[in-house]
Amino acid sequence: MRRILVTEDSATMRSLLIATIESCGDYEVIEASSGFEALRLLPREKVDLIITDINMPDINGLELISYVRKNANYADTPLFIISTEGREKDVEKGLALGANEYLVKPIDPKRLQALIVKYIGS
Amino acid sequence: MSVSEMSAKAVKDFLAEAEEILDQLCSDLGVMSDSVDGAECSPDSLNSVFRGAHSLKGLAGMFGFMGVQELSHNLENLLDSLRLGKVKLTSPVMTLLMDALEALGAMIRNLSEVGGVDPPIEQLVARINSAISSPGDSENDSIISTLGLPPSMLNALTEYEEHRLLENIRKSRNIFSVLASFPLATFDQDLAELTDILKKTGEVVSTLPSVGSSIESSIDFEILYGAAKNLDEVTLLIADTNATVRLLGNGATPPPTTASVVVEPDGSVPNIQQDSSITAKSMSRTVRVDIGKLDDLMNIVGELVLSHSTITDITEKMRQAGYSGHLAELQKAAKGLERKLNELQKGVMEIRMIPVGQLYDKMGRIVRKISKEQGKKVDLKTFGADTELDKLIMEDIADPLMHIIRNSIDHGIEPPEERVAAGKSERGLIRLSSYQKGNHVVIEVEDDGRGIDLEKVKKKALERGIISDAEALSEREVIELIFLPGFSTSETVSDISGRGVGMDVVKNNIAAVSGMVDVESKLGQGSRMIITLPITLAIIKALIISTAGRFYALPITSVLESIMLHKKDILTVERKEVIQLRESTLPLLHLNRFFHLESKVNEADSCFVVVVGVAEKRLGIVVDDLLGQQDIVIKNLGAMFEGLRGVSGAADLGDQRTILVLDVSGIIHESTKGGGQI
Repeated sequence: MRRILVTEDSATMRSLLIATIESCGDYEVIEASSGFEALRLLPREKVDLIITDINMPDINGLELISYVRKNANYADTPLFIISTEGREKDVEKGLALGANEYLVKPIDPKRLQALIVKYIGS
Repeated sequence: MSVSEMSAKAVKDFLAEAEEILDQLCSDLGVMSDSVDGAECSPDSLNSVFRGAHSLKGLAGMFGFMGVQELSHNLENLLDSLRLGKVKLTSPVMTLLMDALEALGAMIRNLSEVGGVDPPIEQLVARINSAISSPGDSENDSIISTLGLPPSMLNALTEYEEHRLLENIRKSRNIFSVLASFPLATFDQDLAELTDILKKTGEVVSTLPSVGSSIESSIDFEILYGAAKNLDEVTLLIADTNATVRLLGNGATPPPTTASVVVEPDGSVPNIQQDSSITAKSMSRTVRVDIGKLDDLMNIVGELVLSHSTITDITEKMRQAGYSGHLAELQKAAKGLERKLNELQKGVMEIRMIPVGQLYDKMGRIVRKISKEQGKKVDLKTFGADTELDKLIMEDIADPLMHIIRNSIDHGIEPPEERVAAGKSERGLIRLSSYQKGNHVVIEVEDDGRGIDLEKVKKKALERGIISDAEALSEREVIELIFLPGFSTSETVSDISGRGVGMDVVKNNIAAVSGMVDVESKLGQGSRMIITLPITLAIIKALIISTAGRFYALPITSVLESIMLHKKDILTVERKEVIQLRESTLPLLHLNRFFHLESKVNEADSCFVVVVGVAEKRLGIVVDDLLGQQDIVIKNLGAMFEGLRGVSGAADLGDQRTILVLDVSGIIHESTKGGGQI
């Protein structure tokens, strides 16, 4: 089964994202409540897609993307940024660092599903 | 689960989280209000407020609460301008922030209450917009470029971090790159220690992780650090860590070039309506308290209980000495104190209790995840979600419970075809139930899978050299084998159960909170794991005993009975001392020998035996004297005495005596390991 890592510090937002992803198809979701937790999980777990928020308390999403892209195991793993309106500069940087797509909150479930299917199949 | 299915619960979660964010915002704004007009506001608290508004906006958008979303969006913009230095924190701005928070609070409250009228937000939004202006910072890039940062680092800076970097340069601080490598297992604490040191004299602008020397075991960090220090001073500062530091740029940072524009918000509309909907009342009637505070409170209660028993002792001594004066009044007062103390103790304990249902939610997730992975169909039924357990015990029990459930799905529940062939329903069932039993809470995990194959267990144990003769073992003893280190009957080591966490670890983790685990199993019909836990560890009743002139406390929850014994009743079987107690044979342990103490009353004709039990195991502990029951608060012995065999902590007896508390399951474990005189 395809595995998706969701890194988002808001518990409510995280559970909504997970519910949305699970309703999109048969995916296994691994959740990280902070950038640190994602750093801890990534070397141990094989994931097929990474979805990350940018604004997080320990390390920010851009720093996480930078880590992921420098990591040989994850250099080509699809990565989506979740951002909010008004953070265009950060999104631009994220895309420059190697993020594949970005989604703006509130997340449109249809767009998320289409992107997931596009990158890792249904 | 579809989005709509979870919406009711999610809205509740949203309200709880939104309220938490608002509380945090209010307290952060309180900190910030100290630095209005002039004094520099802490970047950390400003950033924290910004992130709060940001999260609130995101959440409200997700749920379609448009009003909350719009106002928090504008609030976020204002805060963003503040943290990026585009707007100065003046007292009108502060008032505006407070007004916006108040309105948000009212709007969120209205979501959970019927009949509320949302405050008009148009005026607020207009005030916010007039407060924000966005002068461009064109020179910024060239200032940052003097540092010679690698592009990989520059690109990972958010707009805010870039601004903080500029601020540091403008304040003529030196910018350093601090490099450190940490083991993956502990990097968060290690990194926190390092940044704590750095933050004492400067600002940590950004923390960039990169792959360490080994992907699996280490992680490197490059910290961008601004401080009014020279290279030698910073090197000295981090001398005790394994980090290295270098100065970025040439150290001579340019003087301030651009000044941020001060924009006063339009002060002409301070028309705050004295709306009746504005209330300081909180929506949920709960308080979040650090468990450490409850521990402190419990310690005080424990000490009060001890003071009370000292008073009772003195009254008793006075009675024996023949004082009659105010003795009756004193006894009555002591009784009254005791009653109130019991109520107080009960009250504090109840605060620590949380419903087991909180664990069930997590377990439901795990069942879904593992059954998917295993291609099995499993239903989870839960019972007794409102059974309450001490918060600390609950936390320690989550992992063992998870492993038990993993084991049930992995080894217990059969694949659908096999189940159908065995005449069972295609879907396996796991029942998770909790109930209170006296001073204990019992959690049971029952599956209707294939059960434990005793023959297979015996065979494996023989192969592994864990036992030498399988014939002599009773059914129960065979089942117990699964709790021995290095035992695993699974033929294929699966992704989940094969992670090296065996039942021995599960058992130890449960024993660490004074709990015990039992197994019942019927081949072909399923297994049941029974975890018995004390309701709380904070305060317990103990039996005080003495041996060789020393006193010890035995938790009453593991004492079954105590008997007086004549030496002549002691039999020796296979070099071990036992007694016949009703229908069964009870092994004995002399406490003085266990602790290598010389007993003065060893030669006496009779002694006391305290029969203790953990799960199905029984042991008779031979002691010199029984001194009665007492409430004790167990205190940790500290790292120095960690691993001390047979002792779980210390307790204060109230008369300046401190005694050791015996670890019953540890003693039983040691004594049944076999070999030697016990």
